[in-house]
Amino acid sequence: MGPTSPSSTRAQDSDRGVDPPYYFEDYVGTRLRSPREPLIVIPQTLSEQTGPVFGDRRLGELDHDLTRQHAGEPLGERIIVSGRVLGSDGKPLREQLVEIWQANAAGRYAHTVDNHDAPLDPNFSGGGRCLTGDDGEYGFVTIKPGAYPWPNHPNAWRPNHIHFSVFGRAFTERLVTQMYFPGDPLFEFDPIFNSVRDERARERLISRFDLGLTKPDWALGYRFDIVVGGRDSTPFEEPHDD
Amino acid sequence: MTETLGLTPSQTVGPYLTLGLLDTSPVTSFIVPADDPRAIVVRGRLLDGQGEPVPDGMIEFWQANDAGRYAHPADLREDVLLEDGFWGFGRSGTVDDGWYEIVTLKPGQVPGPDGRLQAPHIVVGVFARGLLKRLATRLYFPDEEEANAADPVLDGLGESERATLVAQAENGGLRFDVRLQGEGQTAFFLL
Repeated sequence: MGPTSPSSTRAQDSDRGVDPPYYFEDYVGTRLRSPREPLIVIPQTLSEQTGPVFGDRRLGELDHDLTRQHAGEPLGERIIVSGRVLGSDGKPLREQLVEIWQANAAGRYAHTVDNHDAPLDPNFSGGGRCLTGDDGEYGFVTIKPGAYPWPNHPNAWRPNHIHFSVFGRAFTERLVTQMYFPGDPLFEFDPIFNSVRDERARERLISRFDLGLTKPDWALGYRFDIVVGGRDSTPFEEPHDD
Repeated sequence: MTETLGLTPSQTVGPYLTLGLLDTSPVTSFIVPADDPRAIVVRGRLLDGQGEPVPDGMIEFWQANDAGRYAHPADLREDVLLEDGFWGFGRSGTVDDGWYEIVTLKPGQVPGPDGRLQAPHIVVGVFARGLLKRLATRLYFPDEEEANAADPVLDGLGESERATLVAQAENGGLRFDVRLQGEGQTAFFLL
């Protein structure tokens, strides 16, 4: 602290009620990368209440189909991943840029720093994007990513997952997350998944198998809705369906 | 009753973010083209708690144009000119030994919470392996001493915190390092 005594309110961590903490001991990567000074609470100005609008910005025609970005088809289990991007008030968000990236079917990323001893697939890069439609709907065709080991702790394996990035309506709503698959036996051992402390919030990271989305004789469908909102949209008491 | 949905929690970008967010992305590190007469090159390093570079991170900039208008429907000030094609958003990886580089222009002043103008600033988002959720901060300009002194956000900070948010002039451009932890940690915000 400098000679001027700071007048802003401080907070130990930022939390919309569902997010992991910055420092999570079991996830070794957080130890040197989590801020230790309290966060500074600032007023929301126009700068925070706005954010990038994608509009009808054109994307590549096959950006949403990760199985058709090369000469041949990638190996693995072809899947359809679809869902809606929504505000916490249930409002569908249209023309949202949805960006994804993932490992190939063998659990290897087409990335220079991934040295996992599993084959690369010359027909799979693992990156894709699309814009949501009027009802907030997005859709990807890809292959189911494999599980893979990582050096966090002895015999550490990441559950199958796809990384997602969305923007929301304002800088405060920007969200990067991961989508998991139902019934993964690795959930209980994964510190990244378990860094989300609330069980019901954690479950919202898991996609649902959807027979209606499944295309006969072609690919299984998984549904994953993404709900964005800033701190002020966090309901402390969530309504129960049951 | 209005339906209230549970928010989707944040998860880390992990070490392979370039595959989805940078390699073939329509979002580039050029908020304005390099040959724009107003262009400024902002460079800096993303550093961890031991001062080591973070080579698997990403920096995002969001800002107003040079008149101080955001390309967003919530900015209703029709009298402040918004030129066609200005978007105000850019990103850069830190894959080059922790270095990022974004070409942009100095934004104009935008209103603050009490109607006072804020000093020119860029809103900055920080992502990396080991960050379970984004960090938010701001970049302010070194040649705006007077406006910085009157800025409602900087106003609430201590001297050393404030110093972490003001970029430095370097090689004709600006230098803005982001320190995640430890000595000289960047001031991060709860929005």
